[in-house]
Amino acid sequence: MRKLSANSASVRWTLRLARWVVTLVITFAGLLAVTFVIGRKIPIDPVLAILGDRASATAYAAARLQLGLDRPLTVQFLIYVRDVLHGDFGMSLLTAHPVIEDIQRVFPATIELATLSTMIGVLIGVPLGVIAAVRHNRWIDHVARFIGLVGSSVPVFWLGLMGLLLFYAKLHWVAGPGRIDPVFDGMVDTHTGSLLVDSLIAGEWDVFFNAFSHIALPAAILGYYSVAYLSRMTRSFMLDQLSQEYITTARAKGLPEHRVIWRHAFGNIAVPLLTVIALTYSYLLEGSVLTEIVFAWPGIGSYLTGALLNADMNAVLGSTLVIGVTFIALNLLTDALYRVFDPRAR
Amino acid sequence: MKLVLRNALAAAAIASTLILSFTAAGPAMAATPKDMFVMATFLDEFTTLDPGEVYELVPEEYVANTYDRLVRVDLKDPSKFNGDVAQSWAVSPDGLTFTFKIRPGLKFHSGNPLTADDVAWSIQRTVLLDKGAAAVLQGIGLTKDNVLGNVRKVDDTTVSVTTDQKYAPTFVLNVLGAWPASVVDKQLLLSHQKGNDFGNDWLRTNEAGSGAYKLVKWTANDSIVLQRFDGYRFPLAMKRIVLRHVPEASSQRLLLENGDVDVARNLSPDDLAALTKSGKAQVSAVPQATLLYLGLNVRNPALAKPEVQEAMKWLIDYNGIQSNVAKTTYKVHETFLPEGFLGALNTNPYQQNVAKAKALLAKAGFPNGFSVTMDVRNGYPYGEIAEAVQANLAQAGIKVQLIPGDNKQTLAKYRSRMHDIYIGEWSADYIDPHSNAQGFAWNPDNSDQSAYKMLAWRNSWSIPDLTKETTAALAESSTVKRAELYQTMQKQMLMNSPFVIMFQQVSQVAARPGVTGLDVGPINDLVSYRDLKKQ
Repeated sequence: MRKLSANSASVRWTLRLARWVVTLVITFAGLLAVTFVIGRKIPIDPVLAILGDRASATAYAAARLQLGLDRPLTVQFLIYVRDVLHGDFGMSLLTAHPVIEDIQRVFPATIELATLSTMIGVLIGVPLGVIAAVRHNRWIDHVARFIGLVGSSVPVFWLGLMGLLLFYAKLHWVAGPGRIDPVFDGMVDTHTGSLLVDSLIAGEWDVFFNAFSHIALPAAILGYYSVAYLSRMTRSFMLDQLSQEYITTARAKGLPEHRVIWRHAFGNIAVPLLTVIALTYSYLLEGSVLTEIVFAWPGIGSYLTGALLNADMNAVLGSTLVIGVTFIALNLLTDALYRVFDPRAR
Repeated sequence: MKLVLRNALAAAAIASTLILSFTAAGPAMAATPKDMFVMATFLDEFTTLDPGEVYELVPEEYVANTYDRLVRVDLKDPSKFNGDVAQSWAVSPDGLTFTFKIRPGLKFHSGNPLTADDVAWSIQRTVLLDKGAAAVLQGIGLTKDNVLGNVRKVDDTTVSVTTDQKYAPTFVLNVLGAWPASVVDKQLLLSHQKGNDFGNDWLRTNEAGSGAYKLVKWTANDSIVLQRFDGYRFPLAMKRIVLRHVPEASSQRLLLENGDVDVARNLSPDDLAALTKSGKAQVSAVPQATLLYLGLNVRNPALAKPEVQEAMKWLIDYNGIQSNVAKTTYKVHETFLPEGFLGALNTNPYQQNVAKAKALLAKAGFPNGFSVTMDVRNGYPYGEIAEAVQANLAQAGIKVQLIPGDNKQTLAKYRSRMHDIYIGEWSADYIDPHSNAQGFAWNPDNSDQSAYKMLAWRNSWSIPDLTKETTAALAESSTVKRAELYQTMQKQMLMNSPFVIMFQQVSQVAARPGVTGLDVGPINDLVSYRDLKKQ
């Protein structure tokens, strides 16, 4: 009986895995096709990005030929798919580097910023949301709602500039735009692409603190938006749970309040909250273009935008695919975590 | 309930304290070292580092400081030239062959000796690569078919360049003194050659020069780090130069004020005014060889009429736009040769006169005006100036519909002559008047199949006589006569042309007090870091 049960669990897991793989392949193929067609149809001439506007007609024709733009769209697409499956995203027109190398450089910068921002969001936003719900309509609830309101109405570039003006220019608490001071640039070997992690690995504390003083403000600004969103969502979820009968029952049974709140109410919002946190994180992983521009942060958001505006289609497609795959992977991870937090999903 | 609040508050407090303590731990004020020069600029134009391929402004500046060339124009007197790798030069009696004697003992950054063979090969290479930069050398008749014969190593210290026809000597020297003629390390590039690419694939991300500074690291859209070349011809004060990509002007200003950069190159007029007032930076203004103009496509019957073209020139409120929109970054300039060029006419005869414009429009058969479109690239100040022009033209009933677009999108439309009005910029490749005369007053073939798609062609303006005059001025060896020829052409074009030239760009360089020696010329190819010093 136990063997039968183990077999059926194994079959279930295999089927689930197969479903995931099929979903991944279909999503990936769709992403590839849509971005490719959009990329080829936008009215920007990539040849001008390479040659400038005074090149001779022969040089222009040769560049078009070299880029394969003379071929039918379907042929261009098939060639691209073949190359991608071989791990070759092509060369970036704008940086003269293989797109995969560019992404290896810019994506860790975004991951570093997004991770720190999400950590701030979770560590501050979630407790704040819980308190706001528990102390409904008290001063702390008003504070949480005000933070949420500001976070959803103030443009990020404005807050970024004001943050720079106050904490960098006036108070000198943090370093200015950029990832690191030029004097520290290139002092540690690249292992992970995260300057914080790489400097720790190298034991270079000066580099670590300098990199931290550069990332602190953009992470805090983006983190503020995460705090605003997460506290609002947590508060809303908690208010819903706290009004349920099982909470009244738990209290009537004499359970300590912290157990009622954290074990019963918070336990029940863990799954939707996990979805919200994953969405926030994946949104930040797409790169916050305006923040990256204000803080001269060389992340994937500004890389993708620059590529798009200059018709650097290899870079656009490569970045989109990486972001898409990350998004899918985060969704799958969230799905898997559902099973940890919610027994009904097992 | 209280316990919950305490737990949650404690968690939030610990998180905030952690963040704040780490944040405050980093020392924020870090002025740049005395022998390091850091500059905030835009680096998003870099698509390659190969001088044979570079065709954008800031990349030209990088090439100018990492590579040498035969000669360089004297910024103080553009009719004179200083030898770079050339010790001396001479022109043959027929004016066709230029012979250069190369300085002895020069070396590349790699340690390889720099010889006449490298110089000849470098010029041949740019022409044979046939990328955007080749267009400059084609100006003196160097083509794929003749370059091997016309650019020759005479002996180990002598190079000769033969042109296809007689040109003004200053023009030839300007072309050979421009970045496409940069001297590259032949031996090094051949060791990296793939097929017939002349080492282009490798050089796109590396460097093979003999200039004052050598490349340490290029991180696309982030920074360029240069190191002093200790084997250079004369001593250099700065050991390291860092160019940082800072796309936001306000961020550039904050970095400059806090001493994290020594120079900021892309500040807004408001930032510049505030910095000057505060005394935190010294601002210098340098007129650039970049003109902002309207191109009127004469395929549009209304825009083809000379009266309409003239009326539009009278409708623009040049001074108003300059003082309210362009401010310190542009000055009014109405002729096709920028101030500082040989033969430049620095007169601005047009100023807004609506009554005169209306009379001209009535004479042309448009008493109530007409409707047209104007293609405008995104970004400051193009959109703002286009809107001001739109309002100016509306005063005489000309209804302009603005079509905003990305730079390359609007440029592609312009190059295919699909526009009505195009508002754009034209930058000279070198500071010889021909660079602009060829752009505005030269159109040897107005057909769609033309191989020369310069500005006159793009606006479908057929000008056989002006084309002849441009060619004649190019061949004139007397500098005085040449200047007179260009002045005559400018006068003609002021009266009758489909170009409403409005402004000349002014580069504003903001430097920290104590920073000296950043030589900024009218084009990026003439920006030099060699005399930089910090006190």
